[in-house]
Amino acid sequence: MPPQTMSAKTDATIGVNGTAKSTSNQAPPPMALPANLKSDLLNKLSLKSFKLKTKQQELLLRVSILFLVYVLAFITRLFSVLRYESMIHEFDPYFNYRTTLFLTEKGFYEFWNWFDYESWYPLGRIVGGTLYPGLMVTAALIYWGLRFLRFAVHIREVCVLTAPFFASNTTLVAYFFGKEIWDSSAGLVAAALIAICPGYISRSVAGSYDNEGVAIFALLLTFYLFVKAVNTGSLTWSLASAFGYFYMVSAWGGYVFIINLIPLYVLVLLITGRYSVRLYIAYNCMYVLGMLLAMQIRFVGFQHVQSGEHMAAMGVFFLMQVFYFLDWVKYLLSDKRLFETFLRITVTTTVGLAAVALGVGTASGYISPWTGRFYSLLDPTYAKDHIPIIASVSEHQPTAWSSFMFDFHILLFLFPAGLYFCFKRLTDATIFIVMYGLTSMYFAGVMVRLILVATPAVCLISAIAVSATVKNLAQLLRTKSKVTQGGSSKAASGSKASSKALLDQSQPFQRNGAIALLLGVFYLLSKYATHCTWVTSEAYSSPSIVLAARGAHGNKVIFDDYREAYFWLQQNTPTDAKVMSWWDYGYQITAMANRTVIVDNNTWNNTHIATVGRAMSSYEDEAYEIMRELDVGYVLVVFGGVTGYSSDDINKFLWMVRIGGGVFPVIKEPDYLVNGEYRVDKGAAPKMLNCLMYKLCYYRFGELMTEYGKPPGFDRARGVEIGNKDIKLEHLEEAFTTSNWIVRIYKVKPPNNRW
Amino acid sequence: MGRSSTVKETQALFQSLRSAYAATPNNLKIIDVFVGFAVLTAIIQVVYMAVVGSFPFNSFLSGVLSCIGTAVLAVCLRIQVNKDNKEFKDVAPERAFADFILCNLVLHLVIMNFMG
Repeated sequence: MPPQTMSAKTDATIGVNGTAKSTSNQAPPPMALPANLKSDLLNKLSLKSFKLKTKQQELLLRVSILFLVYVLAFITRLFSVLRYESMIHEFDPYFNYRTTLFLTEKGFYEFWNWFDYESWYPLGRIVGGTLYPGLMVTAALIYWGLRFLRFAVHIREVCVLTAPFFASNTTLVAYFFGKEIWDSSAGLVAAALIAICPGYISRSVAGSYDNEGVAIFALLLTFYLFVKAVNTGSLTWSLASAFGYFYMVSAWGGYVFIINLIPLYVLVLLITGRYSVRLYIAYNCMYVLGMLLAMQIRFVGFQHVQSGEHMAAMGVFFLMQVFYFLDWVKYLLSDKRLFETFLRITVTTTVGLAAVALGVGTASGYISPWTGRFYSLLDPTYAKDHIPIIASVSEHQPTAWSSFMFDFHILLFLFPAGLYFCFKRLTDATIFIVMYGLTSMYFAGVMVRLILVATPAVCLISAIAVSATVKNLAQLLRTKSKVTQGGSSKAASGSKASSKALLDQSQPFQRNGAIALLLGVFYLLSKYATHCTWVTSEAYSSPSIVLAARGAHGNKVIFDDYREAYFWLQQNTPTDAKVMSWWDYGYQITAMANRTVIVDNNTWNNTHIATVGRAMSSYEDEAYEIMRELDVGYVLVVFGGVTGYSSDDINKFLWMVRIGGGVFPVIKEPDYLVNGEYRVDKGAAPKMLNCLMYKLCYYRFGELMTEYGKPPGFDRARGVEIGNKDIKLEHLEEAFTTSNWIVRIYKVKPPNNRW
Repeated sequence: MGRSSTVKETQALFQSLRSAYAATPNNLKIIDVFVGFAVLTAIIQVVYMAVVGSFPFNSFLSGVLSCIGTAVLAVCLRIQVNKDNKEFKDVAPERAFADFILCNLVLHLVIMNFMG
C-alpha cells in the first residue's frame, strides 16, 4: 500500500497553522532587512525552509521516529548493567555463554561435534546435538565481525548486549509488519509500543543471554515475511520467510508455534473462501524449503516428518495441492455439473486416504504423539500429574491476572479495540494478526513464560487501535477548515462524510471533544511509558545471581554470595572434583566454577535428577552410598535462613522429594509433612529433621543469632525457630560457607579405614 | 441405470478435460510435463525405499523432498507465467523464471548438505 496518509492532509495542516504559504517549495525570504532577521531565522529552522516536499518531510519524520525508537529499545534494557556490572544473569544464560565461549575459542566444527563430559557425570552430554545453535552462532558472528574491525571486545560484552541489540531490530520489523497489515502510522506506533513493553523486556534485558532474546526477532521476522509473501505472491518473499523460519528453528524450541500457526492460518483462509494462487505459492515454497532448512539443525532432526506436532503443516500442504488441483480442473471445465461430479469423487478419495494414512501412522507409532512439554499447553493439568519436572518450573505456572496487567498495562484493553478495527477491515493480513493474537493470548494464559510470545501480537493490534483512533480524531480536528471552504461532499470514506455532516450540526463541541479525546490518548500513552520504565527498573533488571536489599539505614546492600562460592570452588578444589547440587545451579557451576556437575538445568534425564533428589531427601548413610556411587566430591546447597532469601533449597525441597519419589518409591512425600503441612521447626516430621538437605542447610545454624529478640537458630525465610539444632555430620565436613550463609559447600569424606 | 449414467458422466468428464487441456499454451504444457516427471521420480524413490528399507533416512528424505520441491516450485512458476492469472499481470515472465531459479538453487544446496 502506498504511504497515503499524510500527503492528502497537508493543505489542511498548513491552513490550520495559519501561515500564508500554500506550498513548501518557495525559497526562504532574503535576509536583507535586519527587521526580518528573527522571522527569517525561524523560517530557516522550520522544515519548510529545507526545500522539502511533503513526501520528504514525512520520510524524515518517519526515519527520525524509528531511529529514536531504536535507540530507546536499546537503552531501556541497560538498567542492570548500570547498577551492577556487565554480567550474565540467571541460570540458562550461563550455559549459552559457556557454549559461545567454546565456539569462539575452538571453532564451528569442534562446537558442532562437542561432547561435554563436565556435566551429567557420569553420562556426559552431546552438546552439539542437543542445543539450538542460533543464539551462539549469532553472538559469535557479531564478535568476529567486531574483531575484524579491530574493536577489542570480550565475548562476554557481546553476549550481554546481544539481547538489547536484537530487541531494537525487533522494533524495526514491527514497523514494517504494521505497515504491511494496516499502514505506516500503525507501524510506527507498534514499533514504539514494542520497544518498551515489559512482556518482552523481561526476557531481553542486557545480560539475559537467552534464546528468547533472538527468537522473538526471528518469530516476528518470519511472520512478516510470510504475510508479505501472501500479499504479493512472490517466490522471493516466500524464500525469505523460509530463511526466517530456519533462523527461528535454529534459535528456539518455540518454533513449533510457527509451524502450527501458519497452517492454521492457511486453513482459516481456505475455509473462509479466500483461497488464491498467492497463498498457494507462499505456503508451498515456505513449507518445503523451510522444512528442509529446519532439518539441518541436529536437535530438530527428522521431527518435521515424524512428530505429531508437525503433522498439521503436512496435512495442510496436501490440502493445498488438492485445492489447487480442484481450482485448475474448475478452470478447465466449463460445465458446472461435470465439475461437481469430479469434486465429489476427489474429495471422498482424498479424505479417505488422509484418514487412513494418519490412522496407520499414529497407531503404528511411527508418528509420535505430542510430547509432554507441548501437550501440557493443551491440557494444563497434565504436567502436574505426570511430569513433575515440568510442573516444578516456576515459569510454567498458569498466569495470574496481575501478571497480565503488569506486563501489558493499557495494551490489555487496547487489544480488543484493535481486534474490532481488524474485523472491520478484513484482509489476508489482518486475519493473520487476529489469529496470531488470539492463539498467543490463549497460550499466554496457560503459561507465564508465553506472555513473551503474545507481546508482539498485542503490541501490533493495540497499535492499530491507537493509530486508527488518533487518525479519526485528528480528521475531526482538520475537517473544520474544509467545511468552511464550502467543501463538496465527494468525501472518500463514509466516516468522513458523516463526520462532516455532524460537524455542520454541532461544530464547536465536536472539535472540543476531539481535542479532549486526543489529550486523553496522550495521557494514556504517557502513563504506559512511565509504567513500563518503572517495571523495567524495579522488576526485570535483577541479575538473580547478585541479590540486593535495603539495609537498616536505607543503604543498598549487595549479596554476591553465589559468585563467591563458585570462585572458591574454582580455586580450592581439585580440577576433576564432582559437585552435587540441585539442578538449578548446574549451569552456573560449570560456567563459573569450571567443575563437573551431576545434574544441570538441561533436565534431560529424569532418573539422574531423581537420584540426586533421593540423595538429598534420605538419611545421611543412604545418601553417602549414593554419593560414593556417583563419585561426588563436594555438595552444594543454597540456604536463605540468615538473609531471608526465599528461593533457597529448603523451599524447593518438596519438589526434590516429589521428583525423587516419582522414580524411587522408597521416598514418600507424606513422610516429610505433618498433617499435610511442610514444617522445619520442632513439630516437623522426624524424617524431615534428619534428612541430608536439612542437616546440610542447618549445620551450625542453631548457634547463630539471626535477628534481635529471637532465639538462636531462627530461620528468617520460614519465620520459625528450627527444630533440630544439634546436628552432627558423619560422612561430610563443612568446606565453605559464604559470608551471608547463602551458599554452603560440604566435602564428602572418603570412607573410613577398614578397622 | 444409475451405474451407466455415472460411467457416462465420467466419460464426458474425461472428454471435456482432455479437450480443454489441449487448448493450453505450449509453455505451460512443458512445465506440466516437468512436474509430472518430478512426481514420478518421487514415487519411484518411495517404492525403492519400501523395497530396500529406509536406513540413511536423511538421504531418502533429501531425495524425495528434492523431487517434491522441484515439482512445487515448477507449479509456482506455472502460476506466475500463466497469462490468465490476473494477479500476476505485471510480473514479467523473466522475473518469475529468475525467482524459480533462485529457489531451486537454495533447494538443491540444502539437499546437497542434507544428503550425507
